[in-house]
Amino acid sequence: MIEVKNIKKSFQGREVLKGIDATFMPGQTNLIIGQSGSGKTVMLKSIVGIHEVDNGSILFDGKEVATMKFKERQKLRQEIGMVFQAGALFDSMTVADNIRFPIDMFTNMTKKEKDMRVDHCIDMVELENAHHLFPSEISGGMQKRVAIARAISLEPKYLFCDEPNSGLDPVTSIVIDKLIQRITRDLKITTVINTHDMNSVMEIGEKILFLYQGEKGWEGSSSQILHVDNEDLNRFIFASNILKKVRAIETK
Amino acid sequence: MKIFESIGDYCILMAKVFKKPQKMSVFWEHLLKEIDKLGVGSMRIVMIISIFMGGILTLQVSYNLTNPFMPKYLIGLGNRDTLILEFSSTILALILAGKVGSNIATEIGSMRVSEQIDSLDIMGVNSASYLILPKIIACILFNPVLYILSVATGIIGGAIVGPVTGVVSMGDYVEGLVHTFNPFYVTFSFIKSLVFGFIIASVPAYYGYNVRGGALEVGKASTDSVVLSSIFILCADLIITQLFFK
Ligand SMILES: Nc1ncnc2c1ncn2[C@@H]1O[C@H](COP(=O)(O)OP(=O)(O)OP(=O)(O)O)[C@@H](O)[C@H]1O
Ligand SMILES: [Mg+2]
Repeated sequence: MIEVKNIKKSFQGREVLKGIDATFMPGQTNLIIGQSGSGKTVMLKSIVGIHEVDNGSILFDGKEVATMKFKERQKLRQEIGMVFQAGALFDSMTVADNIRFPIDMFTNMTKKEKDMRVDHCIDMVELENAHHLFPSEISGGMQKRVAIARAISLEPKYLFCDEPNSGLDPVTSIVIDKLIQRITRDLKITTVINTHDMNSVMEIGEKILFLYQGEKGWEGSSSQILHVDNEDLNRFIFASNILKKVRAIETK
Repeated sequence: MKIFESIGDYCILMAKVFKKPQKMSVFWEHLLKEIDKLGVGSMRIVMIISIFMGGILTLQVSYNLTNPFMPKYLIGLGNRDTLILEFSSTILALILAGKVGSNIATEIGSMRVSEQIDSLDIMGVNSASYLILPKIIACILFNPVLYILSVATGIIGGAIVGPVTGVVSMGDYVEGLVHTFNPFYVTFSFIKSLVFGFIIASVPAYYGYNVRGGALEVGKASTDSVVLSSIFILCADLIITQLFFK
């Protein structure tokens, strides 16, 4: 479980996060949604500790991060998997080596075990025949999938994905969404996903947090989201006509 | 004020760099790669430059020996001592600061702006130590090797150019090479090349690690780091020379 209490973050005097509270439970897919520039990435990076927050506290399973010692924090981070918005793959390493990296760094597996683990992760994201390619040699969507495979290679306790399916076709998008949901449930991990894809929201949104201009605009689940009386949220959701029609059918 | 802040940041970074590697096997593998890339990869340019400089120094010494009573072997001796004392250590370090330094700053800088360093940190890897330590150790270990290589090829350069242009015979040149050889000069330059190796790797690493922005800033960091490490090399040369020859 991750608890976020009243976090604030400014850059050069401009407040990007304006005091956000949230609780993310394990075993369910927690989504942060919002328009481009609403602060989703900043929020995710603040939770994992890439940005230091100006105010508020962040607790991982009841332990406050700010009070942790360096060693403890290092240990916590080994339990975190993160998929960056732009992938952030190591471009000097092949696909397989990218996925193998955390395994090499933090386990004492034999070479055979490592190979199996890597193959397993590659299978999970359906990336066959890419083992020996470099990140610059594969498509953007494939890079995303490698990033996901790398993030889950150590079976993390906490998984953060910044727009895991942006740049993916609808079919692969669903595969990735379902994959993340499945490992979240199977391994009982706490997963937080940033997205502005309404497909993902409807498909896997068990808990949804809507950010609007750095504030929490709404909180709830995908079954509620179409029937909320919140102007900002509605403008975001019903930007596409399909969902308007879905709502019309549902309310009939 | 800014300069003190930077020095502070640099020291903090170095404190993070010089930690025991989290995984020794990964470190060794990484170190070998860096030695190959930064050290072995610089051998060719070192040899080319040194062979020319050895030849040029030989010509310069001989054309400046206008007094006919000055013995010819001084040409070999002059070339030898210039190479050993300053050229192969300091001038070479300045050249490597450009080649190796810009390589390090660009590599680490682009990892920074593409969030690869954040990615390492999030995994719980000490990114500073993981990325920078192998580079610094590789440069410190290999710089003396490049120094020896440079002295050797510089002397060969003189041995080719001297007799071919007729300014000195092979016999005189070789006599100069072995005349009143002071091994302390080599020790002195060896120590310098260790210090220079540290500067060549650590200053650009600091610049690269602290880049903020995009590709443009990476380029700027790379240029700035080459300028600053060159200045540091010359300052260090001045200080070490004063310490040893006082
Ligand atoms: N390192 C930074 N320095 C200064 N400003 C920043 C920084 N990171 C983000 N911001 C600002 O914070 C705001 C929110 O950015 P953020 O990246 O969180 O948006 P987002 O919701 O993730 O958008 P997108 O959906 O496009 O990824 C933006 O206005 C951005 O300019
Ligand atoms: Mg974002």
